[in-house]
Amino acid sequence: METIRYDLITALPELIVLCMAMVILLTDLFISPARRMVIYSMAQLTLLAAAYFSFSSHAPGVSTAFSGAFIDDAMADVLKLMMYLGTSFIFVYSRQYLQHRGMFRGEFYALVLFSLLGMMVMVSGQSMLTLYVGLELLSLSLYALVAMDRDNAKATEAAMKYFVLGALASGMLLYGMSMVYGMTGSLNLAEINMALMSGAKIHAVMILGLVFIVAGLAFKLGAVPFQMWVPDVYEGSPTAVTMLISSVPKLAAFAFVIRMLVQALPTLAVDWQQMLMIMAVLSILIGNITAIAQTNLKRMLAYSTISHIGFVLYGLMSATMNGFIFAMFYVVSYVLMTLAGFGIILLLSRPGFEADKLDDLKGLNQRSPWHAFLMLIVMFSMAGVPPTLGFYAKFSVLQAALAAGYIWLVVFAVLMAVIGTFYYLRIIKLMYFDDPLDTHAISAPMDTRVVLGFNALALLVIGLMPEKLMELCIYTITSSLS
Amino acid sequence: MQNYFYHHLLSFAIWLPVLAGVVVLASANENKPNATRWLALLGGLLSFLVTIPLYTQFNFADGGLQFQEGFSWIPAFNINYHLGADGLAVPLILLTSFTTLIVIIAAWEVIQKRVAQYMACFLIMSGLMIGVFSALDAILYYVFWEAMLIPMFLVIGIWGGPNRVYATVKFFLYTLLGSLFMLVAFIYLYLNTGSFEIADFYRFPMPLQVQILVFLAFFVAFAVKIPMWPVHTWLPDAHVEAPTGGSVVLAAIALKLGGYSFLRFAMPIAPDAAHHLTPYMISLSLIAIVYIALVALVQKDMKKLIAYSSISHMGFVTLGFFLFNNIGLEGAIVQMLSHGFISAAMFLCVGVLYDRVHSRQIEAYGGVANTMPAFAAFAVFFAMANTGLPGTSGFVGEFMVILGAIQINFWYAFLAAFTLIFGAAYTLWMVKRVFYGAVANDQVAALSDLNKREFFILAILAVLVLALGVYPQAVTDMTNATVNELLTHFAQSKLPASLPAGL
Repeated sequence: METIRYDLITALPELIVLCMAMVILLTDLFISPARRMVIYSMAQLTLLAAAYFSFSSHAPGVSTAFSGAFIDDAMADVLKLMMYLGTSFIFVYSRQYLQHRGMFRGEFYALVLFSLLGMMVMVSGQSMLTLYVGLELLSLSLYALVAMDRDNAKATEAAMKYFVLGALASGMLLYGMSMVYGMTGSLNLAEINMALMSGAKIHAVMILGLVFIVAGLAFKLGAVPFQMWVPDVYEGSPTAVTMLISSVPKLAAFAFVIRMLVQALPTLAVDWQQMLMIMAVLSILIGNITAIAQTNLKRMLAYSTISHIGFVLYGLMSATMNGFIFAMFYVVSYVLMTLAGFGIILLLSRPGFEADKLDDLKGLNQRSPWHAFLMLIVMFSMAGVPPTLGFYAKFSVLQAALAAGYIWLVVFAVLMAVIGTFYYLRIIKLMYFDDPLDTHAISAPMDTRVVLGFNALALLVIGLMPEKLMELCIYTITSSLS
Repeated sequence: MQNYFYHHLLSFAIWLPVLAGVVVLASANENKPNATRWLALLGGLLSFLVTIPLYTQFNFADGGLQFQEGFSWIPAFNINYHLGADGLAVPLILLTSFTTLIVIIAAWEVIQKRVAQYMACFLIMSGLMIGVFSALDAILYYVFWEAMLIPMFLVIGIWGGPNRVYATVKFFLYTLLGSLFMLVAFIYLYLNTGSFEIADFYRFPMPLQVQILVFLAFFVAFAVKIPMWPVHTWLPDAHVEAPTGGSVVLAAIALKLGGYSFLRFAMPIAPDAAHHLTPYMISLSLIAIVYIALVALVQKDMKKLIAYSSISHMGFVTLGFFLFNNIGLEGAIVQMLSHGFISAAMFLCVGVLYDRVHSRQIEAYGGVANTMPAFAAFAVFFAMANTGLPGTSGFVGEFMVILGAIQINFWYAFLAAFTLIFGAAYTLWMVKRVFYGAVANDQVAALSDLNKREFFILAILAVLVLALGVYPQAVTDMTNATVNELLTHFAQSKLPASLPAGL
């Protein structure tokens, strides 16, 4: 009885999100469409409550629950808090967009909360099974979200593609996990590590299992050569859903990689370092080069995501404590930048008009200097130009890679970063140097404006004072991995 | 309060213009551009005034870094907010704040579109460039160096000419590519010294092979900025398309960032590589001086001509650096300042004509002296200064560098001296075609002479060009001690074996 109570308390934030997702689903049936704001407020309050319990239950130590399948450590708490914040931003930015498109319904909020739950389980997963269940919950919710605008043929196609390829990746991941389980006799990450540490010769099947696991993870991260789905899904999904897919789940994927590769399979580091290296180099190459040719804003950001993932992998492939810290710093920065970028794109959309072409940004400086300025910060941050946050993100992962001895890979990344800058500059060019095609006034609720301003200016402010965020990452990683 | 101010002079010099820029931007009202202009002028004036104490408080006998201040900025990487300036940096800082003031006045009624953004860009850029000149921590320096690109990118892109997008993107990417290699070198040095302090980099011994790589990484960054042949091609494009203010800041200050950085980073951090590569550096400088001067001779566009002339004159600066003697280095520094004034004035002169006729082509003019006598007087004076007429500042720097060169090798001096002929040829030929002869067309006939504002800024610049030409000691007294210090530094080998045990 005690154990069950203890288990449930450890997973309290997850339980809150789960219960509220179902309550929202039910409430939606009994509420008139005019009063849907109630649903919206409930979703936001859920995040607040979950954040409160994640924050207040945080203790320096590590506690496990459900017979060691679930863990509550610094990484779990910090990443969960960031996920709540990111999800909350998504709710704020997307509200008007959803209202205009008849998608402002309970399902959206319930599905986002379910996907959040999946991410939370992933972050706290201490057994391969938990990790897998979390990942599937996340993925299935996202498939449904992509298809939510069900009369839209493009969205349906994107959902189909996402689902088929995603299922394949899940299958690969599961296959790899089964091999690891077969060789070590355990699903628990710590026990897998112990079994491998015991000194027995590592069997080739382990390496094969590792390949499948890395391939599955690469698919979920969107790293080359498993990136095919990314541009199509980004383009086809409703922009609000694209914003979700491209942002917060990357935090969970990062945690998944750390848990699986660093906590369970550090003995195979030499092997997965090589795989990550190849994926990192290819992601930066293909992401940056292909992005130049895009005319669709969402597709361009898709390729930009791929290249950002490449930079994250630069940190991870160094396989040093600093490398993991800086990879986390990069992921967090990336999420902040992406949210702000999509926030502005959502702002430019209006009923019957999707601002998803590059040309839709033309002359934004004349339409709204303030929002053009915010987008300017986001773009320079994505390009990694100081004094923005993106600069420190790139600077620190490259430093980790250089410390690990990858000097030519760093030079390569630097060259690619210059190429990448070109397409970010093009957006600034469109906003500042061209005349607007579209002179509709930009309308947005007050809260969206405030949060968006806060989000984008944070890129500049944290860029000037990155110390606090860096300390947080150092604390998180060192206390979870020592 | 006063004490606080005197202990943080450099911080005030950096952040006051940035703050002024933000205020101008925040209080902008498109319907009241005059209020914005006066506010920007006030900001520029205050920003200039706070840099004056850097001169009055300067200790002329001290060749080291003065006005130092700092605190720990990002302890996780051991990055410090550490500022300081020596006899090399202070004149350039003064030049920066002064030029910004001139640019603000010069833009007065010329810029009608988005006035606040224009003024704010220049004010913020001024603070960032002063930051480059005074940062003593590599990352702090890098942040200022890169951040400065953003306002310049916008200035050329928003207020520039027809081909502005190509020019500004080229400018940005060229500079970014160069500076990222510098960043890699910084990280390498950090991983070996555990700090980003420039002083720690100075003390770090490296074998020659490593020094050469580090030097080349710096070289790529600075050679693009100066610009040295053959990575100069962004400059004519950027100059031609930039608005007058943009050209002035580019020529007067931005190019000096590269020159300054050679002396602050590349040469003291990798002195043996610098000596080792000297023949190549001198060759590149001489090519810039002679070849680019010939290129300038065939230009049809006045701004392009002055842009090429800038590259040719900056060749003197790099030549002076790599002579490794006192007079050459001092001449290079004087040349940097003198070129700051003269090129600014030349671009302003072109701006005066462009505002009236909207053409930069030499063939669109002829006989301007008949309708604009006062303006022609100034323009001819600055053209003479550009050719290096004795009595103007243009003569002092070039003469000192040639003197320095002749001590090393007669042929260096011989080739460098050619510029006095070519420089005179392209400049005076342009002056002849634009200003003299019969009035060429109706547009020239309808020209009105300088207004009070234009007269004022050109007069100030003319006085400065003369003053520096007649009394260069004002600058050399300041740089003397620093130059000696730099030269002893360059002379000290940093190869691991040759260092004394204490370092």
